[in-house]
Amino acid sequence: MVGRAEPLRQRLASGIAVLALLAALVAAAFVALFTAAAQIEPRLLWEDVHLRRVVAFSFWQASLSTLLSVGLALPVARALSRRHEFPGREWLLKLLGLPLVVPTIVAVFGIVAVYGQSGLLNRVAGALGLPVGQYLYGLTGILIAHVFFNLPLAVRLLLPAWQSIPGETWRLAAQLGMESGHIVKHIEWPLLRQVVPQVSGLVFMLCFTSFAVVLTLGGGPAATTIEVAIYQALRYEFDLGQAGLLALLQLLFCALIVALIQLVGRTPHVEPLTGVRQLRPDLGGRGARAADYALVALAALSTLLPIIAVVMAGLTGPVLSVLGEWQTWRSLLLSLGIALCSASLAVAAAAAILVASRELRVNRYRDRSAEAMELGGSLILVVPPLVLGTGLFILLRPVVDVLAWAPVVVIGVNALMGMPYVIRLLGPPMTRITQRHDRLCASLGLGGWARFRIIEWPLLRAPIGLSLALCAALSTGDLGVIALFGSQQTTTLPLLLYQRLAAYRMDEAAVTALVLLLLCLALFVVIERSVAGRARA
Amino acid sequence: MDFHFDLTVASGDCTAVIGPSGAGKSTLLALIAGFELADAGRIRIGGLDVTHWPAAKRPVTTVFQEHNLFAHLDVAANVGLGIHPGLELDDEQRRMVERALDKVGLGGMAKRVPSTLSGGERQRVALARVLVRRRPVLLLDEPFAALGPALRREMLALVAELRHAGNLTTLLVSHHPNDALLAAENTAFVSDGRILAYGETRALLARTDCPELTAYLGGAQT
Amino acid sequence: MLVRSLITIALAAFAVQAVAQERPTLTVYTYSSFTAEWGPGVAIKESFEAECDCTLEYVAVDDGAALLSRIRLEGANSKADIVLGLDTNLMAAATQTGLFARHSVDSAELAVPGGWDDDFFLPFDYGYFAFVYKKSELADPPSSLVELVEGRADQKILIQDPRTSTPGLGLLLWMRKVFGDEAPAAWAKLRGRVLTVTKSWSEAYGLFLEGEAPLVLSYTTSPAYHRIAEGSDAYAAAAFDEGHYLQIEVAGKLAGSTNQPLADRFLRFMVSERFQQHIPTGNWMYPVIPLPDGLPAGFESLIVPARALRFTPEEVARQRKRWIDEWLAALSR
Repeated sequence: MVGRAEPLRQRLASGIAVLALLAALVAAAFVALFTAAAQIEPRLLWEDVHLRRVVAFSFWQASLSTLLSVGLALPVARALSRRHEFPGREWLLKLLGLPLVVPTIVAVFGIVAVYGQSGLLNRVAGALGLPVGQYLYGLTGILIAHVFFNLPLAVRLLLPAWQSIPGETWRLAAQLGMESGHIVKHIEWPLLRQVVPQVSGLVFMLCFTSFAVVLTLGGGPAATTIEVAIYQALRYEFDLGQAGLLALLQLLFCALIVALIQLVGRTPHVEPLTGVRQLRPDLGGRGARAADYALVALAALSTLLPIIAVVMAGLTGPVLSVLGEWQTWRSLLLSLGIALCSASLAVAAAAAILVASRELRVNRYRDRSAEAMELGGSLILVVPPLVLGTGLFILLRPVVDVLAWAPVVVIGVNALMGMPYVIRLLGPPMTRITQRHDRLCASLGLGGWARFRIIEWPLLRAPIGLSLALCAALSTGDLGVIALFGSQQTTTLPLLLYQRLAAYRMDEAAVTALVLLLLCLALFVVIERSVAGRARA
Repeated sequence: MDFHFDLTVASGDCTAVIGPSGAGKSTLLALIAGFELADAGRIRIGGLDVTHWPAAKRPVTTVFQEHNLFAHLDVAANVGLGIHPGLELDDEQRRMVERALDKVGLGGMAKRVPSTLSGGERQRVALARVLVRRRPVLLLDEPFAALGPALRREMLALVAELRHAGNLTTLLVSHHPNDALLAAENTAFVSDGRILAYGETRALLARTDCPELTAYLGGAQT
Repeated sequence: MLVRSLITIALAAFAVQAVAQERPTLTVYTYSSFTAEWGPGVAIKESFEAECDCTLEYVAVDDGAALLSRIRLEGANSKADIVLGLDTNLMAAATQTGLFARHSVDSAELAVPGGWDDDFFLPFDYGYFAFVYKKSELADPPSSLVELVEGRADQKILIQDPRTSTPGLGLLLWMRKVFGDEAPAAWAKLRGRVLTVTKSWSEAYGLFLEGEAPLVLSYTTSPAYHRIAEGSDAYAAAAFDEGHYLQIEVAGKLAGSTNQPLADRFLRFMVSERFQQHIPTGNWMYPVIPLPDGLPAGFESLIVPARALRFTPEEVARQRKRWIDEWLAALSR
């Protein structure tokens, strides 16, 4: 332990500074929200029929979305885990990761193109003489979009549970003559009981705070969530008090939901065993196989169709005229700039926190403090971006031209949104480096920049590349805070797409959607390849 | 890797299966148990051709090195699964479970859950399940590899007791030639997917005409 | 290398906004259908720029009511010189913000129903709200607001949000005029017929043209567009017995504008023939001065409301918040 005091202070300083800045930012936003909300009599809140319905609808749609997403994900994940021989299984798993990086607003366009009144499904149904579907906007549209995003997510989160079942268990089940029902009861259910509440909680939270989907597919006061009501209070009615109050309300609900998730279950310890072929005894005959294949194919199709629809509509749209518009390029450049800045900021801030937390964890045995620091970096999971944005909006408005400040605020908030992912991706390898190499580095006198160049960078290139790529893609596609702050001069590509959709200029929207999709995917691939480099192999 | 096994063991015998890692010891057991299916050839148990039988129907019980128990079920339920995979047991069957637990030295521990048991106790539960299953063939796939020498000897003694009482034909995969000497009348040496040598344990371990066996034993025989 | 190019790109994104300009620029905030390629904005920009030696720049928001929120939101920081596209219903609220300056135009001669007398705002067109339908789809359109409310729930209508759109606000006031305090109940009844509530007139009309619903809230003058621009007689506005709500669209000059003389000049230009001639076949509304050639052929076949309904701007300013809350409560059920 000789000579540790000095480096410790150094290692903790940057992380603590980042967290302090974060705390100050959130606290300032809070104060602004409280001050604004204080202008309204809280009693009025419960007399406001519309507000009560907005709250009820927020919970209702999130519950239904969770039920559908997780409910459908369970059999799909089961089928995928059962059928190792499924053709293109690897690609399928990649495909299920796609909704994470596809911008919400692009997916919404694709969903309208597939399920809308004049969409693909209705045209096929019409051609076959089947009854044509209902109008999409409202609860139906919201649910379809939420399932599109969360079914693949839930499948990917649930799959490791099945993969963590050791091969011996299946052999045992086979030898004991367990049938499908017994397997569900003795093997799968006990495991899922630990995982499903957590996954459901996460999906619920995502649906509860979903903004872009409800904004674009809600279609009127009957399908308004708290997030959208915040936006409307600010941008429709310029009612800062109402916006502040709604934001605080949303914050309260989110904190309750997070607390509930923590209560429902500790994070289950499922570590997928790689390379274990699961010879389940209940693979059954042709019927079971066909059912599994159909399920997986359906899930894949429902993920793929909207994306294909975006590409098709984009290619058949007025490509040249949209690409000839200055506004398209200006938005694209702004989005690109915001994405790159916010991704770099997210990785830098997360890395600063992780340098401190790994020091605490590995060398100081202060697990709890380390955990707390990392949780602090994931603050945005409890404070929805729109709530934070509203606070900053109210805070900044008297001081500066908030609309001109849009890029700065969006970069900051998007960086915060990326940080939980970065902490998850970068944390374990950074901790491993400290565990394995700290003593050696100390004995060799390897520190500072040399240590970063020789030890950290080669080992961390891959996760850093992935983090940057993911953050950039998320930021490029984000339609949240920019909706509050955006104006003609600061229109990002997602906002431009939203405006074109809202003005019902579908042809232009189609091309814009394709451009945004390509930008997102290109950013992801280029950044990941160039930063992660050969280290990926 | 190709596997070609040709082995006949006498009813009621215990045969140790030794050999280097990846040689195919566990595959041999998996073929007998029905976890893997042979591309060609026959597997006969007691005169019955079981080559195409599903695992559950074969007259075989396997004990693995780990993961023999379901973590959320108590000891009695884990044993009871050997009688009925849906755990629908009558009183007589429940008494059977208790007797089996007594025999493996776990009397009074029926209500414990696996996480509160030691490694040796967990394997005893698995052996209790062997008893209630009453299948004539017992396959032991390195079940005691994780246990210390004294405990391993104790467990091998328990196995010997059980198999004599139930006249169980036993195959024991092990890394330790000592285990073979302690518990098995005969030993098969597996290398590179084939059974290169088979015979009475002491004689087989003393053989010098098989270079692979000599290399495996490495003279470090203790 | 990568980092450097990233920074360059990021800077480029912001730098493009600061293009140097030498001629004075008049910034006009308006709604999107005014600046659309088929709207009057393009021609008006050309003819104003031809005489003022300046650049006219439009900043478009979705719809008229959103203009007011936008101006309140930007406050004294606003870049706008002129706000064009509010209406009489929002005028008092806009005046109360204190952000607008008095105009210097003599408005006594303007030909709007009821005459004009306001210090801050000037009218640039007017029209009457109406439900427009496609004749081939709807054989017997409703003949009154009461009939619309009582009508078949499966015959959907498209309306706009009164918080963002002046037609949406117009319908809210129309319902108030006709049903009085029973308006919330009438909205509750009408709710079942509402396919969707859009943010802007353009969105609702776009959905209507796509065939999503047989009736859309628009203007008595909308069929003129189809007749004159498309040569189609397929669309008509339903005449309602109770009368139609009147909308007078207005523009005003911001007190914070740094281009006061230019802004005054634009307001004078706005009520001149060079601006007004683009109104009937550009914005598809009635002009506020008599045009030398009269109204274009096709306007004569439009329905003329039996009665023009209106609230005073002050009354709307007083009640708007309460009525919108009632509307929200009725429609969010």
